[in-house]
Amino acid sequence: MTRGEYEAVAAVPDPEIPTVTIEDLGILRDVEVEGSRVVVTITPTYSGCPAMDTIRTDIRRALPGRDVEVRTVLSPAWTTDWITDAGREKLAKARIAPPWRSDQRLSAPPGTLMLSISVRCPNCGSPDTTELSRFGSTACKSLWRCRACGDPFDHFKAI
Amino acid sequence: MSKADLHHGDDALIAAQRLAEWTSRAPELEEDVALANIALDLLGQARMFLSRAGDEDQLAYLRTDREFTNVQLVELPNGDFGHTILRLLFFSVYQQQLFASMRGDEIADKAAKEVAYHVDHARMWTLRLGDGTEESHGRMQRALDELWPFTHELFEGNDLRAGWLSVVEPILAEATLTRPEDGWAPTGGRSGVHTQHLSYLLAEMQVLHRAHPGARW
Ligand SMILES: [Zn+2]
Repeated sequence: MTRGEYEAVAAVPDPEIPTVTIEDLGILRDVEVEGSRVVVTITPTYSGCPAMDTIRTDIRRALPGRDVEVRTVLSPAWTTDWITDAGREKLAKARIAPPWRSDQRLSAPPGTLMLSISVRCPNCGSPDTTELSRFGSTACKSLWRCRACGDPFDHFKAI
Repeated sequence: MSKADLHHGDDALIAAQRLAEWTSRAPELEEDVALANIALDLLGQARMFLSRAGDEDQLAYLRTDREFTNVQLVELPNGDFGHTILRLLFFSVYQQQLFASMRGDEIADKAAKEVAYHVDHARMWTLRLGDGTEESHGRMQRALDELWPFTHELFEGNDLRAGWLSVVEPILAEATLTRPEDGWAPTGGRSGVHTQHLSYLLAEMQVLHRAHPGARW
């Protein structure tokens, strides 16, 4: 891997949450340079994530003049545990409560929901929050409200 | 071409198309967003399964009703909201059992994570409406009586029904709904025999592609 290619691709923003990059979210899995070709491997967050086509186009644009192949892999399946610490900080700054990590959740068998015990309000920090809807403005988020400051906010749901 | 991939892809595609009909019509804004999100997950699953079975566009847009292999349950009209929720419960629990039985398959492992959210959503609404007002309870029981016969087809050629019943029956009981007796069991979807409703659904889903083959945004 060449550092320059990797950094160019890693800086591609997520089309739906542009404050984080595809590297922050763990969507970017690999960048390989094979002669004049660059092979970029990505994985979708959700099966139907409509951002994947845009991400593929943006990756090609990030490497102008290069012969770029974007490969999509499904396995191992994406998990919110792959969101980096930098990514979690950026999400919180954008007032999107980051997901719980699997080691912070109650253990659950595969295929069952891993529920957060409480989500801290990204506006005021209060743990006194309530889930309004498990499905939010994008597939990866749920909608919450803080009882302390009254603000609604997005929570990146654990998967 | 893998027949199983085609079956799973067709089920997910037709279920997604029906759910998407709720967009802008759901009883509340949050529910509108939830049903659209679930439809999108199912559409993603359909694309993965159909791409593994062949050319996704050809399979989705250029087959006739007799060539589709989905179960009849997913093609039935939405009915009222309770009807839609109950079908989502039946189909999502089936998918959960199916994908658990396919563990190690890359599509099944990915889809299983999303389906857990679908099951939970359908379960919460089933409890709320079944054990709700006289009106909501009555509508849910009518939907249950209408849909139950169509659930048998989900288990043709597999042994998932016992696991499915072990999840569905306690939810129905908690929702104070009466599980119908097994009896009439319509069949034929897997071999291309469908209700008249599928043709209308396909007409709407395929018209753009058939009128403008290969068109791109
Ligand atoms: Zn707050």
